[in-house]
Amino acid sequence: MGLQIIRPDTRINFLKMRYGAFLISGLLILAGLLSLVVKGGPQLGIDFSGGMIIQIKFDQPVELSRVQQALQGADLPGLGVQRFGTAQDNEFLVRTSSSDLVSDEVRRDIQNNLDQNLAGIGFDIQRLEMVGPRVGADLRAQAMEALFYAILLIAIYISGRFEQRWFPAVIMAAGLTGGIAALRWLGLPMELLVVAALLITIGLCWKLKLSYALGAVVALVHDVFITLGMFSLLNKDLDLAIIAAFLTIIGYSLNDTIIVYDRIRENIRDKVDMTLPKVINLSINQTLSRTILTSGTTLMVVLCLVLLGGGVIHDFALALLIGIGVGTFSSIFIASPILLGLSKIADVDLEAEAGREADTVAV
Amino acid sequence: MKMSLRIRIALALIGLLLGGLYALPALTNLQGTFLGKVLPESEIRLGLDLRGGMHLTLGVDIPRGVANTMAQFGQDIRSEAQDDDIFILRPQVVNDVKLEFTLARGAQQDQLERLLRNRFDNLQILSKETQEAGQVRYTVGMTQAYRAHVEDLLVEQAIKTIRNRIDQFGVAEPDIRRQAEGRIQVQLPGLQDPERAVAIIGQTAHLEFKLVDDQADIDRALRGILPPDAELASMHTRNPDGSVSQTPIVIKRDTLMTGEFITDARVSFDQFNQAYVGLNFNARGSRLFERITGENTGRRLAIVLDGNVHSAPVIQERIAGGRASITGRFTTEEATDLALVLRAGALPAPVHIMEERTVGPSLGRESIERGLQAALIGGALILIFMLVYYSMSGIVANAVLCLNILLVMAGLAAFGATLTLPGIAGIILTIGIAVDANVLIFERIREEIRRGLTPAIAIDEGYKRALKAILDANITTIIAAIVLYQFGTGPIRGFAVTLSLGILASMFTAIFVSRIFFDFWLKWRKPGTPLSI
Repeated sequence: MGLQIIRPDTRINFLKMRYGAFLISGLLILAGLLSLVVKGGPQLGIDFSGGMIIQIKFDQPVELSRVQQALQGADLPGLGVQRFGTAQDNEFLVRTSSSDLVSDEVRRDIQNNLDQNLAGIGFDIQRLEMVGPRVGADLRAQAMEALFYAILLIAIYISGRFEQRWFPAVIMAAGLTGGIAALRWLGLPMELLVVAALLITIGLCWKLKLSYALGAVVALVHDVFITLGMFSLLNKDLDLAIIAAFLTIIGYSLNDTIIVYDRIRENIRDKVDMTLPKVINLSINQTLSRTILTSGTTLMVVLCLVLLGGGVIHDFALALLIGIGVGTFSSIFIASPILLGLSKIADVDLEAEAGREADTVAV
Repeated sequence: MKMSLRIRIALALIGLLLGGLYALPALTNLQGTFLGKVLPESEIRLGLDLRGGMHLTLGVDIPRGVANTMAQFGQDIRSEAQDDDIFILRPQVVNDVKLEFTLARGAQQDQLERLLRNRFDNLQILSKETQEAGQVRYTVGMTQAYRAHVEDLLVEQAIKTIRNRIDQFGVAEPDIRRQAEGRIQVQLPGLQDPERAVAIIGQTAHLEFKLVDDQADIDRALRGILPPDAELASMHTRNPDGSVSQTPIVIKRDTLMTGEFITDARVSFDQFNQAYVGLNFNARGSRLFERITGENTGRRLAIVLDGNVHSAPVIQERIAGGRASITGRFTTEEATDLALVLRAGALPAPVHIMEERTVGPSLGRESIERGLQAALIGGALILIFMLVYYSMSGIVANAVLCLNILLVMAGLAAFGATLTLPGIAGIILTIGIAVDANVLIFERIREEIRRGLTPAIAIDEGYKRALKAILDANITTIIAAIVLYQFGTGPIRGFAVTLSLGILASMFTAIFVSRIFFDFWLKWRKPGTPLSI
């Protein structure tokens, strides 16, 4: 046998810790929400808000304040200058927020101002990104649509494939698509549609007693919310790459949740003499070493990306780091306890579901 | 469905072979060698974020293009009607889509309408009203179908023109695509001078020849008092110090000739070594130019490019032979670029740059180095960890992990997919997913061994029980990847592609191939040897 991190006979009572975990999650979500409210919503990068980013590399060390001063003369609305990468990189990001800029004029304007005010220091415009307002709005709608369809498809997949209940899954799909079509017809913006899609999904899962799907969706909403809040707290911009990271987080969080759920269902079938809390605890413990190993190795690689991957990929990797960390936490402390809570409140008979599963397998 | 070990080994080897076949030429430089000739010509295309270059989204100003078409219709109707002795006054485009004109003699209504029906069947009369003095005011518009056709044609023509210009500008492997809503995506890899490219692509290059109204008073014109058939324009001249100054000039509204007759445009130099652009017209253009210069000898002819007057020389004599020149004290580069856009033709409507992303080549190189470095270090850490944690079985995991990466590379090369920086991140995430599959299986096998099962049964149970969890987990990730591909653009699509490829590869390697190693071991071990896991 190789090494072991978790002893096989480990029996940690995770359910007992659930209130503590809920508190931690609640505080994290609250902090993120507060930050979002104070800052008036998520901080949108130029992909969604429109504007321009210019990355400049100097051939010798320059103070941030000198670059800022040098660009004072440039007539750029909403001008912001910040350091990019490490101090040795001598790189800066210049942002402007104006919606109707001509990239060429800005490029020339910046070049002229730097030439005049920082004489003798060579520089190179390494990257320029300009997104016009129309494209920004389109990209925003596309990103929202992506999140919406991802949630829709995943909810259907879990309730169908995972719970072997394709009929309720189809009802849910129809309800969700119909509800969203109606709301879209009313002309609601995509942001509200996504929130509405979530609420409808959760409501339908509740009504149709699709408890596993509900637990998984709540867990992934939890993960995305915390990551979003953290990004707001860290003053990071939301751009297309971050949305990609969010979708990856959703996929990963589900991975984790499903593997624990899979074990719970298997144990409900095999260990009929156990109470549900005991089964849940046992299942989490049994999958614990896998959870820690997988999350550990993935986080290790993502950490390499954050530390060594360079500036362009940094925020993307950071979102993955936060999201995967939170996703691991949520599959242990949020998704599984929710199953227990549901079986008490909504009178969901998990054993009956497991039995149905056993039938279909037997067929 | 239990295949014999031999068949499974054969399948795995085929996978390895195919992987090697596509990945090898993509990752190494085999050009000229024997292998290079035998293996398929595959390469991993690098995205603009890795190789540097420019990505543009251009929006064609369709309303302006439609308005231009309508204005042209106005000219055509007037001249055609004139041939039939019908007189039409003041054709004018209203709201970009409607054309208004006045029929001078109301009695000719039938005649005019017959003309419109016969020769302008793409237009329909929207309304007409009889005015005092018997004149009739007509409003016409395009038919629905024709308008859709015009809009479609505008974008197609714009794409053609832009492609022409880029070809002449000389960028290797440009990628020009039509997108929804009259948008055009242009990708120019490895571009060195983005400023110039934007200037060349974005210039409408609508060339017109108009007469200068020398009678008009500039001061009064500046105050807005103009003769009805004239308009105020500005003339660009370059001063000796290189700056450009603009002087107001009054020109006639009517366009005598446009740049559509140009067959060639070249840069030449005059006796003061000043660059100018020489134009050649086709036969029809030559005749037209000869007539215009013959009829207007002694007057000034304004050469108007995109609404700016570049020069307004006095016509000395009738010019035959189909040549003209645009002088305007250009720099050589400006003249070269102007000649280029005139040769390639005018855009049918102005285009606006809606999105621009430019990455310098040095940044791209740095990004790729850092991304690969991070990937290598992360990968190495995982290999070491798996080896330490699972000992002999760790070697199996590592072997299939390397095969996994090879297959992802081969997949990228075989499908001609584009590797982007988020794509590298996707590969790294794939490594995590592949490791997860192995971890799931191995942990399960350990559990079964702990329950006291023999290695053979433990391996069988472990694979069987882990399989469902792996499938469920991977399918949800694939769903996310498909959604990403559907809605993402550029680099994000690259991420979705590597992620999907990685998941498929990991299912093959971590479930199918790794099992072979265990079955092989089971077959050849000495009885009673414990499984090293």
